[in-house]
This record gives sequence, C-alpha cells and structure tokens, in this order.
Amino acid sequence: MLIRLTGIKKIYQVGVETIHALDGVDLQVDANEFVAIMGPSGSGKSTLMNILGCLDRPTHGTYELAGEQTSRMGGSALARVRNQRIGFVFQSFELMPRFSAVRNVALPLTYSPDGWSNRRRKALDALARVNLADRAAHRPNQLSGGQKQRVAIARALINQPDILLADEPTGNLDSRTTEDILKLLVQLHREGQTIIIVTHERDVAACAQRVIHMHDGRIHSDQPVEQDPDVGSVVAAKRQRDSQEAV
Amino acid sequence: MSLLRTPFYLARFLLQSILLALGQIWMNKTRSVLTTTGIVIGVAAVTAVIAALTGLRSNILGEFEALGTNKLYIIPYRPDTGRFQHASGRTLRFTPDQFDGLVEHCPSVAGFTLLADAADKVIRGDRSIDGARITGIQPAWHEIENRTVTLGRPFSLLDEQRAAYVCLINPETRDQLRLDRDCNGQSIYIGNRRFLIVGVVEPAVQSALFLNQGEGAEVFVPFRTHWNVWQSRLIAIAASQSPDVSDDARAEVRFFLRQTRELKPDDPDTFRIEVIEQYLRQFDRVAATITMVAGAIVGVSLLVGGVGIMNIMLVSVSERTREIGLRKAVGARPAAILFQFLIEAVTLCSLGGLLGIAGGWALTLLMAVLPGAQLDKAYIPLWAIAVAFGFSALVGVFFGMFPAFKAAGLDPIEALRHE
Ligand SMILES: Nc1ncnc2c1ncn2[C@@H]1O[C@H](COP(=O)(O)OP(=O)(O)OP(=O)(O)O)[C@@H](O)[C@H]1O
Ligand SMILES: [Mg+2]
Repeated sequence: MLIRLTGIKKIYQVGVETIHALDGVDLQVDANEFVAIMGPSGSGKSTLMNILGCLDRPTHGTYELAGEQTSRMGGSALARVRNQRIGFVFQSFELMPRFSAVRNVALPLTYSPDGWSNRRRKALDALARVNLADRAAHRPNQLSGGQKQRVAIARALINQPDILLADEPTGNLDSRTTEDILKLLVQLHREGQTIIIVTHERDVAACAQRVIHMHDGRIHSDQPVEQDPDVGSVVAAKRQRDSQEAV
Repeated sequence: MSLLRTPFYLARFLLQSILLALGQIWMNKTRSVLTTTGIVIGVAAVTAVIAALTGLRSNILGEFEALGTNKLYIIPYRPDTGRFQHASGRTLRFTPDQFDGLVEHCPSVAGFTLLADAADKVIRGDRSIDGARITGIQPAWHEIENRTVTLGRPFSLLDEQRAAYVCLINPETRDQLRLDRDCNGQSIYIGNRRFLIVGVVEPAVQSALFLNQGEGAEVFVPFRTHWNVWQSRLIAIAASQSPDVSDDARAEVRFFLRQTRELKPDDPDTFRIEVIEQYLRQFDRVAATITMVAGAIVGVSLLVGGVGIMNIMLVSVSERTREIGLRKAVGARPAAILFQFLIEAVTLCSLGGLLGIAGGWALTLLMAVLPGAQLDKAYIPLWAIAVAFGFSALVGVFFGMFPAFKAAGLDPIEALRHE
C-alpha cells in the first residue's frame, strides 16, 4: 500500500465559522494506480491533494506514505518527502518566469542530496520524456499553455517520485492541449507511474483506472472507471493486460 | 563518502545561492543601489579616515627619520617575563648613579642628559602660574633638544653639583609672570622655594604635526635640584653621534645600563630605549580616538543602512512569496530558504561594502593630491579593507536574519496562494 489515509479531517476556523474542508476521509492507493478525483467546487479536492502532497497537514487523522507516518514529521523531513516521493503539478503551472525550461525542470534537484551530478542531463532527459527537448532554452513566456504544463510535469518527474499529484492540470488548457497532457499522463502511467489527478472533466477522468467522487469533504463514491470508447481505449487495453498478468 | 561529499554540496549550494542573489540584485538595480547607499557612505567614510590617519602616520615617521632619530629616550620598563615581571615601580625606577660614566663608555653617544618632570605653582609677586611644567635638566640638554639659552647663561657644572636654586624659563613663563624681557637676576618662587633666574630658553620648534611639548609655561632647573626637591621619576635622553650610528648607540647604552642595573645574563631588560616611538604612541592615541569617533559615526550609518537592507529584504520576501511557496513545494527545507535570503542580504551588503571601499579609495586619491593637507602618503591598509568588508557582511547577516526567518517560516500552501 503506497498511500493510506485514515480519518483525515481538515477544519478551518474563519471568524466564528468552522469549515470542515475534509470531514473524515479514508483512502488507500496502491502503487501504479491512476486515480481521478472529481466533485463539485468546494468539496475538498484541493485540500485533499495538498495533504497528499505534504504541502498541508490534516487537523485530524493519519497519513501513511510508503510506510512512513507523515504526521509525525518535522518541516525538514516533510521537505525531503516532497522532494523525493512527490511530484506536484499545479493548475497554474507555477514556473519561475525568469528561468529557462530546463532550469525550471532542474529546480527540485537543487534540494536533492544527489541532485548536483548530471543536473542538466537529468533535466534534459525529463524534458525529453514530455516531448519538449527542443524547448529547453525557452522561458515560460515563450511557451504555450500546454508546453508550460508539460514543463511542470517534467519538473514533477525529475526525482522519480512515488506519486505524481496533479490538481486540475488541464484546468487552464483548451481541449486540444488537454488531450496532449492526457496522452502524456496515460503514457507515464503505462511506464509505471502512480498518478492522482483532480479534474472537473469527465473525459479526463475517463483516462484513469479509478474515479473518486467527493462531496462536502467526504468520499461519496469510489469506483473503477466505466469503459469509454474514445478516450479510454488505450487505458482499457492496458487495464486488461494488467488483470491478465494478475491472474 | 557522504562526509567527503557534504562540503562539496555546500560549496555548490553556496555558489548557486550567490549567483541567484546576484541575479536578483541585478534585476532590481536601482532599488539595490539606493538600499546600499547607507553602507556605501559609511564604509567610504571610515576607510577614508583610516587612510588619512595612515598617511599622517607615515608622514610623521618620515619627519622623524629626517631630523630626530639620533635622540634615544631611555625609560624604565617592567618586562613581561623573568624575575622583574612583578617588580614595583620603585624597584624599577632609575637612579642618577646608574648613568654615571655613560658618555665615556658609549662611544657612539655624543651627549646625554637626565630628565625629570614635575608640575608646580610658579609665583612672582602677585602673579602666579598653576601647574607650570618644571623640568630638571643637565647642561647637554640644550644641545640635544636644540633649544639654546638666548638671554643669560645655561646651568654650570657648579649649579648641578651644588643643586643650586637657579632656573631657566621660557618666554611664555616670562610673559605670563610679566617679567622684564631681560629678567636675569630676578627671582621667582616655585612652590615655596625661591629660585634665581639665570636665563631664558628659546621656545621649542613648532611642529606641524604635534601638539607642541614646549607649549605653555616651562621652568628648567638643574637636574640635581629637581631630584632633591620633587623626587619624581627620571628618564634619560641620549643623542647619538649621528642618525647612522643610532643603532650602535642603542646597543652600547643597553649594554652599559644592564651592567649598572646589575641584570643577570638571562634577565630581560628593565628599561626601554626608544627612538621615536614615544611620539608615535602619542600620535597613535590621538589616532585611536579619531578612529573611534569615525567608527561610531560609521556604526550609526551601518545601522541605518542595515535597517534599509532589512526593509528591502522584507519587500523581496513579500514579492517572491509564490516563488518561496514553489521552492518549498518541490522540496526546499526551511533552512535552504533561510540560507538563500540570508545570502542575498549578505551579498547586497558586501556589494555595498565593496562600493564603499572603492569610494574610500577615490577619496584617498583625492586627499593625496590636496595641497597642504600632509596626506600625500595616505593609503588604505589591507586590514581596513578586510574589516570594512567583514562589517558590511555582518550587517547583512544581522539585518537579513529577520526577513530570512520570515521567508523560511512561510507555509507552502499559503505562499502558493499568495497573489
Ligand atoms: N485557507 C482556507 N481557509 C478557510 N477555508 C478554506 C481554506 N482553504 C479552503 N477552504 C475551504 O475548504 C473547502 C474546500 O476547498 P477546496 O479548495 O479543497 O475545494 P475544491 O474541491 O478544490 O474546489 P474547486 O473545485 O473549486 O477547486 C471550501 O469550502 C473552501 O472555502
Ligand atoms: Mg481546487
């Protein structure tokens, strides 16, 4: 079990009001799963992702990642987890505007213990994985939205994280670019990457193996994705192959 | 292995942080320049003052080399080691008989006088001078100090042997006591003793550099008289035959005095023979005061500069909140963020320090060509550069600390949400 959330609550106190952004979430994710989280606005998806990404701490409950209890970790240890185990992709890309693509991709290496050797090589390899090797020297403002998000994905992948977390990665993109990103995610999943994404789009969720619906800070439903002939065909084929291997 | 690699990572991290900081500073050129102005001015001022004092000092050295190095000041001294290190001042002080026969035994010494100083009240009729300088001298003094008797006569050997109550005065004393121009044969009271004036000594040569020794009222009496009446500590002044043999003279006097003061071969000297150091020390005391005052002024300007640095760093942290959030999200430890901002503050201050040193250097070049300022030898010593630079960096550390801690303590999620 890669991820085990037990009784996770996140409570915000705004003035006199108490907001239960997460209200008792239990969730387990295995290695090499591709999970999509859906749900109405304000249902707690981002809050959950931030906790999964160790960017935020739950008010109650425990989060076990790859056998480690994150709730007992201090700031430095959490930083190490974020650096080594987690790749986070943001809806708004969050690239450093003055850095070239390759420098943006290399940013996490700055904070890795073995990040100094072959830094540029690794960053270029990561860019190649998202098919952007030819844009290495470009700055974010010289890239399209889809390219920016691919740079961000390359950055998330550079330390070979256990999980790739993406909070509405296609939220700022048009449908054609969305498809590019989806293809990339499916391909990464096929290569063995564990992925959890948050999305509002049914097409996007259809690429995943498993869809979780959230409502009012709780998990409303959690089921395997129904076959979708268009977008899901690639994934479906893969899932079949997986289950055959399992048998 | 990891032990070996850690310093390497640190060095690279440091280098990258510095490059990043330089990039950041370059991006905000105007702001950075304005921020460091306080530090630039402070450092420029203090390096210029130090350069001026250094130049003045070497001028003085030069002046002495030209005209005064044949004078040897012989002064009692408590050594740091050996059996005299805890000896009392009374044990260590000179007695006149220790110098008997010095001139005969030291061929490089041309002249020699014992000298004792005291301050006392000098009275003539209804006029008096409080705290006039009363100096006991021997006949050779006039030659050594180059101050001859213009009216009347110097002391005779007889005056010395008898410890006679005779005196020489300088024109200042004469004027203050309203004595006649030629006042030989008149008498004055020093304390309650009556002294006969036998002559007037010419005033000391005015030096451009020193508060003059011969300023104020001076009365000279035979050394033995002084010894009997005031019993103050005595020193000796010897003049070598020429500045060239000054080192020989010093060695001879030392050898002679070690014998008369009955020092064993392994005892350290219980006296010092100084050529010009005494004056230099006097100058150094003044210089230290000036440096301290300048230092205080610079301290204030560094403080003001430091507050400016802190302010700009706080602005920088607030502007780059999202960047900090991102860096934390990809795994920057709080310490790494702290370090990055601290390095930036230190880099900023160090650049200010460098600019200040450059400014001080320019001022130094300027004062060197200033006519009549005696500063042609002014230069900034290396230690001053190091100290100025070090202090600027320290200001960076001190005032960068708070903004850096603020950055390091930011919550990643809140930082990323920042607009
Ligand atoms: N820092 C905060 N302080 C107070 N309330 C918060 C804070 N962050 C989130 N919330 C609240 O928690 C709830 C869940 O927010 P969250 O961002 O997780 O929703 P979401 O499912 O991601 O919504 P969306 O689809 O619009 O992104 C919301 O009601 C929100 O107002
Ligand atoms: Mg959200």
